[in-house]
Amino acid sequence: MQWETVIGLEVHVQLSTQSKIFSGSSIAFGAEPNTQANAVDLAMPGTLPVANEQAFHKAIMFGLAIDAAIEKKSAFERKNYFYPDLPKGYQTTQLEKPIVGPGHIDIEVGENSTVKRIRIHHAHLEEDAGKSLHEDFHGMSGIDLNRAGTPLIEIVSEPDMSSSEEAIKFLKKVHGIVTYLGISDGDMSQGSLRCDANVSVRPVGEKKLGTRAEIKNLNSFRFIEKAIHIEVARQIELIEDGGTVVQETRLYDSEKNETRSMRSKEEANDYRYFPCPDLLPVVIEDSVIEALRKKIPELPEAKLQRFQSEYALSYYDASLLTELRSVADYFETTTKTCADAKLSANWIIGDLSAFLNKQGIPIEHSPVSANQLADLITRIKDQTISGKIAKQVFEAMCNGEGSADEIIESKGLKQLSDGGAIEAMVDDVIAKSAAQVEQYQAAEPDKQKKLLGYFVGQVMKASKGKANPGQVNKILAEKLAK
Amino acid sequence: MTALHQLTLAEIHQGLAQKDFSSREITQHLLDRIRSLDKTYNCFITLDKKGALEAADAADSLLAKGSEGALLGVPFAHKDIFCTNGIRTSCGSKMLDNFVPPYDATVVAKLKNQGVVMLGKTNMDEFAMGSSNETSFYGAVKNPWDTNRVPGGSSGGSAAAIAARLTPAATGTDTGGSIRQPAALCGITGLKPTYGRVSRYGMIAFASSLDQGGPMARTAEDAAILLNAMAGYDNKDSTCTDIPVPDYTAELTQPLKGLRIGLPREYFDERLNEDMAQTVHCALAELEKLGATLIDVDLPNSALSVPAYYVIAPAEASSNLSRFDGVRYGYRCNDPKDLEDLYTRTRSEGFGDEVKRRILIGTYALSAGYYDAYYRKAQQIRRLINQDFVSAFEQVDIIAGPTSPSPAFKFGSKNNDPVSMYLEDIYTIAVNLAGLPGMSIPAGIVDKMPVGLQLVGNYFAEAKLLNVAHQYQTVTDWHKASPID
Repeated sequence: MQWETVIGLEVHVQLSTQSKIFSGSSIAFGAEPNTQANAVDLAMPGTLPVANEQAFHKAIMFGLAIDAAIEKKSAFERKNYFYPDLPKGYQTTQLEKPIVGPGHIDIEVGENSTVKRIRIHHAHLEEDAGKSLHEDFHGMSGIDLNRAGTPLIEIVSEPDMSSSEEAIKFLKKVHGIVTYLGISDGDMSQGSLRCDANVSVRPVGEKKLGTRAEIKNLNSFRFIEKAIHIEVARQIELIEDGGTVVQETRLYDSEKNETRSMRSKEEANDYRYFPCPDLLPVVIEDSVIEALRKKIPELPEAKLQRFQSEYALSYYDASLLTELRSVADYFETTTKTCADAKLSANWIIGDLSAFLNKQGIPIEHSPVSANQLADLITRIKDQTISGKIAKQVFEAMCNGEGSADEIIESKGLKQLSDGGAIEAMVDDVIAKSAAQVEQYQAAEPDKQKKLLGYFVGQVMKASKGKANPGQVNKILAEKLAK
Repeated sequence: MTALHQLTLAEIHQGLAQKDFSSREITQHLLDRIRSLDKTYNCFITLDKKGALEAADAADSLLAKGSEGALLGVPFAHKDIFCTNGIRTSCGSKMLDNFVPPYDATVVAKLKNQGVVMLGKTNMDEFAMGSSNETSFYGAVKNPWDTNRVPGGSSGGSAAAIAARLTPAATGTDTGGSIRQPAALCGITGLKPTYGRVSRYGMIAFASSLDQGGPMARTAEDAAILLNAMAGYDNKDSTCTDIPVPDYTAELTQPLKGLRIGLPREYFDERLNEDMAQTVHCALAELEKLGATLIDVDLPNSALSVPAYYVIAPAEASSNLSRFDGVRYGYRCNDPKDLEDLYTRTRSEGFGDEVKRRILIGTYALSAGYYDAYYRKAQQIRRLINQDFVSAFEQVDIIAGPTSPSPAFKFGSKNNDPVSMYLEDIYTIAVNLAGLPGMSIPAGIVDKMPVGLQLVGNYFAEAKLLNVAHQYQTVTDWHKASPID
């Protein structure tokens, strides 16, 4: 039987506010345990929450970016359950009136990059829980409440994705939107962007959805892809063996690459949601929404289109350059300074990315700034150096040896464009290569092109790579034709 | 000269200002009195003798420098539901028997800034759940008028301490009548302000949408002085209202001519004890003499207020009390074998029966499949009750009636019948559901026990309530009646 996969995602995005969603504590990552938890975060008796306006603003910006309706009177509910890293015994979240209503995010699927619309059911604000630490406590558990109260938006999609590839594409879009908006750092390794996947399968052509399993604990693109694959395979095998999928929550174990049952529907908590009496509904004025709308920058989707039309870049190059706002900004600065989009794109996608990836540093901290790279490209364009020498200069720039001009000067890498000097070298090579000359001159014209490469190589070698390759080619062709 | 403990707050202020006595003298006098009498009444859970004397000395030196302030150097007590920095705050529960907050409730901080001298923390029903003070982990408070009778609850410790002249005034909190009913049963004056008038920050939550702190004192004038210090916006409490605080003492002497007083027919039906009814009518006659007009009004949904309250309040409480899990502070069971055991035994051992009963009711009311039938329905009723008051206040300026259906009852008489205990608050609960301000003032004696007249005002009309109460107290002496010399 042919099976179809159905996936819906719940994406949790930590908002990069100054302070927590209901208290004044910092939300900075990596502090000593429990140093960023005040009386409110610890749920000390009598303490009360006060909603963070910035969290609302950031959530609204996300809503506007996905073309969603903004709830004008947004309220909080309490989701009650006991867990040691949930100090109040309930999570303050939104159920009936989430701040962001239905919207959509488009992804490109298939070889032709056909646009597929993924509907967003809603996105709501809520507080993150703390962390339970089970190691280093000799059989006991430690609790770190620094994260407790960090503002999150939970983005809930409709079950509109039909493969792990689509799920990853969707997630990358979400990542792009939230980082472009500057509402989250989107750093998955620090848990700023996490995801649960609702996965089910059904025979191709079947309209009714199959029973779904919710897979938790997906904190990297790779794990999401693997977890969905393994879960889909498990469900298909189960059904084909005559079993049925049960609705349950499953945990992905990345070490064993398997999903395993956490709790079934029957064991699921009754969260006893009810409106939080400590927080009044938040009324959002139209003027606030309009002011925020003005703050929305060009988003990845629009930038991708523009890069293709304005800079004549391929879809592939444009999509690589627009995935991160920082890279897109870098590209535009470089291009503006050197006036060559294609060369800028090649250098950023090629040598620069390779270097940064190897060093593990983000482009914001690149040792070669956008303007410095543009200066290097300018030297290629004005034929001061060849593309090949440029790689050598770039490497030196990465090592902090100076600007392109300084390095070209100090290392004497300036391209040789003096016709007389090149001619002398060409003559010398021809004189030393009688056999090759004979072979060349006997060959058919189209074969000659290939053979010319040998002579070019020899001249370049003699010039230590500095001879202007265009001139070398031209002079060689003339001389050998005689 | 009148004994120091018989002075009202206003009189103490005057005495201090005139150097008739020092803050240390009256503080020491009351501490001595507490030491000799509170064994009988059990009004206090925790005393802070050292802190009180230090605060008194500090006040005396400020007074010597000519500082003024209606509350400077005045002895006072806080219900043990208000968090006090460095001083145990138990909420009447074993669960918090060891809890010392590292912060002051906003109300505590405000009064401290005014220079009050806190003697200690008063006894209360556990987590403010009770109408007789019998649910306190620290034992019941005895009514100073008759120690076989309850002082009312949950602010029974504050009410009894004022009645026994152990403190001139104290804070209370009122979720369903917890200021007004004990004030009535102990013969003192208590005011529950409009919801949002006084910050709830640092006041341990029972039912967040109903809880409101307020003053308990001997006179309306004292209550007005205290409310001046307690009321006001607090950016730490989102439900606190940001409107200016008037001087509540300014309108106390306004004549009552033309005042329209509404009498809800539902509050004077056959359920009201006949002696009580007669006492209330006498009080109302006094107000008529002062120029007020009595008008019958209807609060048609009154009968629904107790059932609605006993869904909403326990529902909120079941969630508010989840934080008492033995993990971060408070009581923790011995040697928990796992997480489940930690939760189960900590909460089974740490909470008393009434608290557990309400957690169970509330959890049930919020459960999947029951939410619509109970919680949602109760909220709908709440809106109807609210609407009843809105309509009534289109015809009248204040509403008056009995505070409780009967005078203080005997210990143990309602313990095995929670519903009859819950009906103690039949006249007070609707006021909390609507979020209105309400007062109880001493209005007579029935069966040798004091009874209260309840006054209910429109939103933020505390000044009007205090005005009516003060005018009544200028022509009557019930508020001066003392169970003790």
